[in-house]
Amino acid sequence: MSEATGLTKLGMPKWGLSMTEGTVVQWLVEEGAELGKGDEVVEVESEKINNAVESPAPGVLRRQVAKEGEVLPVGGLLGVIADASVPDEDIDAYVQEFQATFVPEEEEAGGPEPETVEVGGKNIQYLKMGEGEGVPLLLLHGFGGDINIWVFNQEALAAERTVYAIDLPGHGGSTKDVGEGDLVSLVDVVEGFMDAMGIEKAHVFGHSMGGAIAGSLAIKHPERVQSLALIASAGLGEEINGEYIESFIAANRRKEMKSALGLLFADQDLVNRQLVNDVIKFKRLDGVDEALRKTANKLFPGGKQADVPDLSNVEVPMLVVWGREDQIVPVSHSENVPGHARVEILDDTGHMPQMEAAGQVNRLIGEFLDSQDD
Amino acid sequence: MARITYMQAINDALAQEMERDETVVVFGEDNVGGTGSPGEMDAWGGVMGVTKGLYGKFPNQIFDTPISESAFIGAAAGAACSGLRPVAELMFVDFMGVCFDQIFNQAAKFKYMFGGKAKTPMVIRTMYGAGIRAASQHSQALYPLFTHIPGLKVVVPSTPYDAKGLMIASIRDDDPVIFFENKVLYAVEGEVPDEAYAIPLGEAEIVREGDDVTIVAIGRMVSMAEQAAADLSSDGIEVEIVDPRTLSPLDTDTIYESVENTGRLVVVDEANPRCSMASDIASLVAQNCFEHLKAAPQMVTAPHAPPPFSPSLEDLYVPDPEKVADAVRKTVGQGVAS
Repeated sequence: MSEATGLTKLGMPKWGLSMTEGTVVQWLVEEGAELGKGDEVVEVESEKINNAVESPAPGVLRRQVAKEGEVLPVGGLLGVIADASVPDEDIDAYVQEFQATFVPEEEEAGGPEPETVEVGGKNIQYLKMGEGEGVPLLLLHGFGGDINIWVFNQEALAAERTVYAIDLPGHGGSTKDVGEGDLVSLVDVVEGFMDAMGIEKAHVFGHSMGGAIAGSLAIKHPERVQSLALIASAGLGEEINGEYIESFIAANRRKEMKSALGLLFADQDLVNRQLVNDVIKFKRLDGVDEALRKTANKLFPGGKQADVPDLSNVEVPMLVVWGREDQIVPVSHSENVPGHARVEILDDTGHMPQMEAAGQVNRLIGEFLDSQDD
Repeated sequence: MARITYMQAINDALAQEMERDETVVVFGEDNVGGTGSPGEMDAWGGVMGVTKGLYGKFPNQIFDTPISESAFIGAAAGAACSGLRPVAELMFVDFMGVCFDQIFNQAAKFKYMFGGKAKTPMVIRTMYGAGIRAASQHSQALYPLFTHIPGLKVVVPSTPYDAKGLMIASIRDDDPVIFFENKVLYAVEGEVPDEAYAIPLGEAEIVREGDDVTIVAIGRMVSMAEQAAADLSSDGIEVEIVDPRTLSPLDTDTIYESVENTGRLVVVDEANPRCSMASDIASLVAQNCFEHLKAAPQMVTAPHAPPPFSPSLEDLYVPDPEKVADAVRKTVGQGVAS
């Protein structure tokens, strides 16, 4: 419809499996503003997190259909973007027709659900999206994270390929038995996951601890790694915020967890109640405390990173993304990567660029993938 | 993670704890299938079916008792002192009177009387609350009788997630716990992790955040408060809902912190109003948050009368969203809808 009429719908996005509706927090641009593709247009709050909705296409913001404070179902009409030449009547007609015919998706209908596969006797949970011809992509979260840290990225990256987000052992819905709990055992699990899913070669993208795993896999099996993206990555230097690791493991109450999670973001408002509750719920599962303790003892003993794999001989294309305000792994570690790596430092962003600056990170990764011509 | 009922969540908790620890034993009237029945998977599993299916999986850890509450609640207290972790079901809390000595003079006192050396890790499961047309001897909300007694812990979950995590925590706790299950909530569904997890006893949940009025709501009343909150929000009044989840010990810090922010308190409690959790929380707040209060604390409770058998009277008896909203409006100085 948008092709035919030159109109682009700005719709309520779906951030994560459980999101059914979102609240309009505030419009970031006025009606009539000129927009580029990817410009932030309106801030939306889901039950889990706040984020900006970006313009899907260049044009002029012709209508702010949803009012600030209004709650819209996923897919509902936030606004309309169109060229300045499109007559007002066409815009009105579009809005009218949309509102008259729009039916929100049934709750939980459709959409991918996490699945489980057995890897070396361990149950590993993963979320699969997309089915294009491109080389598949693996997403590896960091310490204490899970598949949900990719909530703003996975779908965007899945247009031309299958994207697997994995819960590492001890995390999310995977087994809480971490085995040795060291970097080698985590690399083995990722390798075993690729075997189990029949993936010969993949783009392997990792955040924080997941970056150290991705880099190690590329050293061990260069033939299985198409490219690497390391986001606020561990494994590039010794320093790490040991106090964060300890306070995350110790936090058992909402308040303690909220202040621990605050260290992850430049903008503290991103740590909302639901995010804190979800992490607390995870931490209360049997076996999680032990799993985190063991992993931290092996990977970050005494508040230092135990493993700094030598990436100097890794030749695959490499993208390194860091937030300038990272309080967990210092941004200076971005200098310790091979010369051919593309390094991008993002302002006003903390340790979670893929969430806090999701649009920019998705664009950078998109360009990185396009440049490889796979 | 799956969507399951409050009843299934409790069944899961019992199953996972029996699996994890063979000293966990479950018993009560018809918990298997009634004495003399074959006791297979299709057996009764308690009066409402909460323990259905457990006998097939744990034939040595679940059994039926005679209708002799003093005997089997006393047996639970004795078993707890001597190394087991019993979970005894006493059907309706309204029947608790017949075995009170075993609970408040024995189980609750062992730790104290034996110089702190005795552990009494027992759970008494029981149903409470009106709403199923079961008249006044099967419908009371008698938790304040137990919160009055030091040495007992008292748990009242309001959601399937809390029911599972609090049951597991109760079984693992070394003190006697009275676990109140609301019969109307049994059919309510919610997201519950497949794995075992424990929610610490004595930790309140903030169900909804708001800056204008604090509502402390217990058990089934949480959903009444949530319905009222949606209505009040459209009038510009944002309530914060605190669910204590455990009534003893009570998470007073969370309640005080909320009232210090809002300056107003409404307690919603299905029990009778005198010497109740509602009057207790109102008085604690009045004593400890007085300088923050902008209005007198309000209580929304059942009247001081037994639960009626007449369906229309029973519906009037239990606090509803409208009564909650009226009490909230009173604290902000708005006229009450009449």
